[in-house]
Amino acid sequence: MVSTYGPERYRADLVRIICGDNAPDHDIYREEDIEVPFSGEYPGRHQPIDAGSYAVVPNSPEFAALESFTVQAWVWPTTPHKGEQGLITRWDDALARGFALLIDDTGALAMRLGDGRGNTTEVSTGEPLAMRRWHLVSGSYDALTGELNVCQEPINVDHENHQVASATRQVEFSAVIQSNSPLMFAALPMTLSNGKPGSRGHYNGKIDRPCLAAGALSPAERSALARDPLPHERNTQVIAAWDFSRDIGGAVISDVGPNGLHGKTINLPSRGCKGYNWSGTEQNWAHAPEEYGACHFHDDDLYDAGWETDFEYLVPADLRSGVYAVRLQTDDDETYIPFFVRPPRGATTSKLAFLVSTVTYMAYSNYQWLLHERFGEVAETEFTTLGKGDVFMQEHPEVGLSTYDTHSDGSGVRYASRLRPVLNTAPKAHLWNFNCDTRILVWLEDQGIEYDVITDEDLHEEGSALLDGYRAVLTGTHPEYYTTPMWDGMRTYLAREGRLIYLGGNGFVWRCALSSEMPGVLELRRPEDGIRYRDEEPGESYLEFTGEYGGLWRRLGMAPQALVGVGTVAVGFDGSGYYKRKEASFDPRVSFIFKGIGDDEVIGDFGFEGGGASGSEIDAINPMLGTPSHTLVVASSEGHTENTWLVPDETGFHHSAMDGLQNPNVRADMTFFETPEGGAVFSVGSIAWSASLSHNDYRNNVSRLTENVIRRFLNSDPFPMPK
Amino acid sequence: MYQIDPSRTDLVEEFRNNPYGPYSPELNLVVNRLRLMPMGDRHILVCTKNGCEWMLAKMPSKRGAAVELFKDRLFTNYDEGIWEVFRMRWQTVTGESLA
Repeated sequence: MVSTYGPERYRADLVRIICGDNAPDHDIYREEDIEVPFSGEYPGRHQPIDAGSYAVVPNSPEFAALESFTVQAWVWPTTPHKGEQGLITRWDDALARGFALLIDDTGALAMRLGDGRGNTTEVSTGEPLAMRRWHLVSGSYDALTGELNVCQEPINVDHENHQVASATRQVEFSAVIQSNSPLMFAALPMTLSNGKPGSRGHYNGKIDRPCLAAGALSPAERSALARDPLPHERNTQVIAAWDFSRDIGGAVISDVGPNGLHGKTINLPSRGCKGYNWSGTEQNWAHAPEEYGACHFHDDDLYDAGWETDFEYLVPADLRSGVYAVRLQTDDDETYIPFFVRPPRGATTSKLAFLVSTVTYMAYSNYQWLLHERFGEVAETEFTTLGKGDVFMQEHPEVGLSTYDTHSDGSGVRYASRLRPVLNTAPKAHLWNFNCDTRILVWLEDQGIEYDVITDEDLHEEGSALLDGYRAVLTGTHPEYYTTPMWDGMRTYLAREGRLIYLGGNGFVWRCALSSEMPGVLELRRPEDGIRYRDEEPGESYLEFTGEYGGLWRRLGMAPQALVGVGTVAVGFDGSGYYKRKEASFDPRVSFIFKGIGDDEVIGDFGFEGGGASGSEIDAINPMLGTPSHTLVVASSEGHTENTWLVPDETGFHHSAMDGLQNPNVRADMTFFETPEGGAVFSVGSIAWSASLSHNDYRNNVSRLTENVIRRFLNSDPFPMPK
Repeated sequence: MYQIDPSRTDLVEEFRNNPYGPYSPELNLVVNRLRLMPMGDRHILVCTKNGCEWMLAKMPSKRGAAVELFKDRLFTNYDEGIWEVFRMRWQTVTGESLA
């Protein structure tokens, strides 16, 4: 699926990616052209993206029969002054026909009515809705009297005193609400440039318990209906009453009324969200679903870009496992779409598996924090330099955000999908994650070490069965995000006789979730602490996809130290440190690691990520958090900078000695331990490690040490547990 | 909030000679002040040729708005580009231009 933004033609080819880091001074970029049937020229076309979340209920005879009616809902608007925003609409834009309960340009509740014959009218309360406050909003039309009414009733909190506001207008035309339009929540309909139905006028905020009733209800009837958990059983005028607390974790929205007018959400509005009646007694939506009836919609949500296919490629069975990309080129530009080819299911073609951190790639997909965050430059300790992908994302918010970003209404982004253009995870794009990981691949190829490529999503779906066929598994530089099935799969692999080489930092940090219903999307909630980039909404810490409590694995009592020996301690981007051997490195158990490395040799005081192998994000042991008691800390890092700071989860309070110059805890520990069934785990605890591998044409002690570990881990001799 | 003293050209000279730090404590305050400007006031660089060429640009204040590109302000030396960013931001914050 390809969309062009200007070019009339493009060329498509397949390449195998050996290294995606194309910094000229690194001189390690490598791609190989692969002959494939789809190679060739294609006509360019622009495919629009219908970004912004909303919900749709298909057109129904129940809607067509409407004469007098009322629509109402609880709403919690987050940007009431951003301009027109649909709340509950059944509107045909082309014919100006139907109704639309909306927030108007003044931030007030309004109701629009049109007969499709050129007559439209609108009535507004004239009073802006309060930001992040609950209101009961309603719009009604009485076909007998011709009265069109809107009313907003705030729930006042603490010391505020927002007033009820309502307005009525006499409709001068006969508004029979005939329309073929579906009912929409949180948007108005629009026809996209390719003729497909889309949306506009997206609402930012929550909607809870929307309903539709025949007749123009009185204020008392509206109030009773809004608070009634079973409205359709006591009010025969109810046509539909949607309960968003049902089907949390999916795209279905259920009508609990008499007609079963179910619908679906589009572009992943957030669910499992506190409703108007949240009492604070429960934090888990599963324990009190009646208090979690809200959906939080955002005008920049995006799940599936929905583009049409331009060409197809069926991966042949004999294509070697590896990292591949479709390369798209125009006269003056190019882009890559990476993908990963694993061995045939159930088979392995190497003893070593490189586990690609695709879930972490998803979490970072279309990362735009530096475009939006005022404190981004002081955190990164540099002035901003944008790449072409960054400029595109700034100018095209329809491509959606990463879980590091905030929505346009300031709330944190919880979902990141790979079913959309991803600008930052590709060869020649950001030097982070994907491209840093391929530095390991090019090093493996230079060393002549064969490997299979498998992915996080494979591990999530297949668990340890995916890993069991491999003598050793190698991580990338930053395997930060883990679902519970991934965690369990890795732990089971290690409990058998698995061997893990963790060549990264800040790994195994956050619990996240993948949807069993919607492929290719990750959910993340960031309660408590950690490097969060944004706050989590209180009371909304439970993942909707799984019902699990989100956050740091460390806060869940399953710290990475227990899995791989080390866990995150510090972050800093202005310079890296180096390792020095510790006394434990002379233990015969680890003599294989240091073969060919001098007793006093400084390890990794070079590299193109801050000038050292220990940096960017670094990990250390912590017996309190579960580092196995027989773990050997064979080396630790020194030489960290004044701008390398402890992570929030490592300190209970701020103080003046949190940096790499002063704090002894700001270090990476290189660790090794055996497991009872003859396996072992080796960790470097540093993202920067891979940036030192190619130093001096791969002849250096980081390369030597890494090769020593991998060669031994691929040897079938079991690692004996120390006595 | 720290206020930059425009007469401290010694700090400007220090930055020119060592743009990526570590900085003296006083220059650190100056650099942080320049990095905390409102988003829409910030001059930045846009990489136009990988590792070889950068263009002076200015961030917009709103999402979706275009990045302002200064197409005649190209740098083939990254240090020179960063110096230009420092110079422009200094002028925005202090109201005084640097040579």
